[in-house]
Amino acid sequence: MADKKLMDQSSDDILLEVKNLKKYFPIKAGVLSKQKGEVKAVDDISFKIKRGTTMGLVGESGCGKTTVGRTILRLIDKTDGDVFFHGEDIFGMDNKQLRDLRTKMQIIFQDPYSSLSPRLPVGEIIGEAVKEHNLVPKNQYEDYLDEVMIACGLQPYHKDRYPHEFSGGQRQRICIARSLAVNPEFIVCDEPVSALDVSIQAQIINLLKDLQEERNLTYLFISHDLSVVEHISDTVGVMYLGSMVEYGKTEDIFKKPLHPYTQALLSAVPTPDPDVKMDRIILEGSIPSPANPPSGCKFHTRCNHVMDICKTVVPEMREIEEGHFVRCHLYY
Amino acid sequence: MALLKSKKAKSANYISGKESRRISKENRKTTDQIEKQRNRRNVPRDEYITQMKDQNNVVEFDDLHTYFFTDIGTVKAVDGVSFNIPQGKTVGVVGESGCGKSVTSLSLMQLVQRPQGQIVSGSIRFNTGDEVYDIAKTPTSEMQKLRGNMVSMIFQEPMTSLNPVFRIGVQVDEVIQLHNKQMSKDEVKVRSIEMLELVGIANSEGVYRMYPHELSGGMRQRVMIAMGLACNPKLIIADEPTTALDVTIQAQILELLRNLKDKINSSIMLITHDLGVIAEMADFVVVMYAGRIVERGTADEIFKNPSHPYTIGLMNSKPAVGKKVDRLYSIPGKVPNPIDMPNYCYFYDRCEKRMDVCKTAYPNEIYLTPTHAVSCYLYHEMKGALENGR
Repeated sequence: MADKKLMDQSSDDILLEVKNLKKYFPIKAGVLSKQKGEVKAVDDISFKIKRGTTMGLVGESGCGKTTVGRTILRLIDKTDGDVFFHGEDIFGMDNKQLRDLRTKMQIIFQDPYSSLSPRLPVGEIIGEAVKEHNLVPKNQYEDYLDEVMIACGLQPYHKDRYPHEFSGGQRQRICIARSLAVNPEFIVCDEPVSALDVSIQAQIINLLKDLQEERNLTYLFISHDLSVVEHISDTVGVMYLGSMVEYGKTEDIFKKPLHPYTQALLSAVPTPDPDVKMDRIILEGSIPSPANPPSGCKFHTRCNHVMDICKTVVPEMREIEEGHFVRCHLYY
Repeated sequence: MALLKSKKAKSANYISGKESRRISKENRKTTDQIEKQRNRRNVPRDEYITQMKDQNNVVEFDDLHTYFFTDIGTVKAVDGVSFNIPQGKTVGVVGESGCGKSVTSLSLMQLVQRPQGQIVSGSIRFNTGDEVYDIAKTPTSEMQKLRGNMVSMIFQEPMTSLNPVFRIGVQVDEVIQLHNKQMSKDEVKVRSIEMLELVGIANSEGVYRMYPHELSGGMRQRVMIAMGLACNPKLIIADEPTTALDVTIQAQILELLRNLKDKINSSIMLITHDLGVIAEMADFVVVMYAGRIVERGTADEIFKNPSHPYTIGLMNSKPAVGKKVDRLYSIPGKVPNPIDMPNYCYFYDRCEKRMDVCKTAYPNEIYLTPTHAVSCYLYHEMKGALENGR
């Protein structure tokens, strides 16, 4: 059984491995919907996540962060590349195996207002997948639900209420409880705090961290908020226009950013201290269209260290220091 | 126990049909009266022309109360707010959603949803340079001459605040034409393109002929700023101007706003929930909670010496780049129900430093320095002790 096999390899340190993942969306036009081109939403991305750690994925909107998250879960199909979960190729699985896999990998969406069905009471939302997968015996179902809800900071009597009766922060807790109910090992958090107020953000981030410690969860944390990513992640990947431009340990990335894009991104974050007036690197223009990305290094149109070679040759991902990868001609 | 709790929780927002009808009848009576007062023809000028307390201010909010009369009760969205916006300075207003920061700015623009939303008392004095208007009493016809001309507003969502069916040029032209009737069409166009250039749009002639959907979020926000600045306003209200944008674009827009403010010598009222943005932009900071100001002062004072427990909590709950903490502080509980607020300090239920005296009445403002005011009993005692010591 696939499930059994998954369990056997749980001692393995690397939980998820992504190799040269590509996802292109076709652009269709005309009466016959002929394919005119393609949007390279994810273009050759590789990384590994260790069990029990959090990987942060940052980048501007439209850089393909969310597509990475969804392709890993096989919510959308890949164009090329491989994703291994516990050493198993996700895209090689049949429907039965995939069904078992769903209990191991879960996702928390950005907007807690549109990701909960308004017609289902909260208990049902959280318990639906538990029932579907027969994870707990029927007589223990209610107790199990209570336990999950309490773990996520909800009260068991909330079970009979509907999502509209809850505030944004509470709803996000429901979303977390829903994905936690099937006892997953890996959760993709797709901007889980972006839609929330600052004080509520802190509550949700603390909750995610506590749950990680208790259950040894592994997160892929997608966000555009660098301060949140620094707080929660062990490793960070920086994406630009579908490619990973820099990848490494959180301290390395934030203390010593190597790629000019990461440097610009970090310097753009406002600091809550009126005395800090840093030399800001302001990027000109906005992110180019992924349907027609620039040749060579994709960042060369906005880079302030641009050289001739950048315009023609695509830089390779290189390990500059141990565990610190960067894709830039400056470091050749 | 759980069942009992659930029933009690349910009753918090529940009112009977009879009660609801009574409330809405009463509401209609109140709002009709205010509307009647508003809609009079030929309001005498001396009713809304007043004097500033300090000529160096552009705006003085004086004990402003803006209420919403809803069918389940009155929501006091802004409940006694007073602060000044000095000439050429940036005032930042921070607070969580629902704290009344947007309603304060909408009151200043007279854009509060009427008839259910009304300025019930207080005044907003606005200095145009020659005359001083009390916006709370200014009739709509006069207000139209100020709006977009003397005060302008940049909204949060550049996506939804531009009209998708008109070209950018038409929308910028409209503002200029409306307030400068003597200008010819060609002059207006020249001015529009000039404005687009001013906000850093490189291909200004091209953008003039484009539709909003052809522009990116940052470009649309630039167009909004161009529209806002088209008539050289005395005051720009920026309501979360960068919340919907990426960090790199946010940095561009903030830089632009800072430069433009000096160029046309106007003031900015910056509304945001991002303390980082405030620290970078603002000279003065106003912290709001549940419709009231809990603390205000210069940016230095607020960030170096945050005094109200809410301000302190707000600052600790946001992770900062380069500052490593194990666990984020989170303010316990949530914002109280806006209908029937308690008659003691609104922050009492969430405050970690609460004392018995906090449960008596809403605390008055205490001045820690001539510019730094805080509404909290913690400092009442301190101040009292200081005075006794002398």
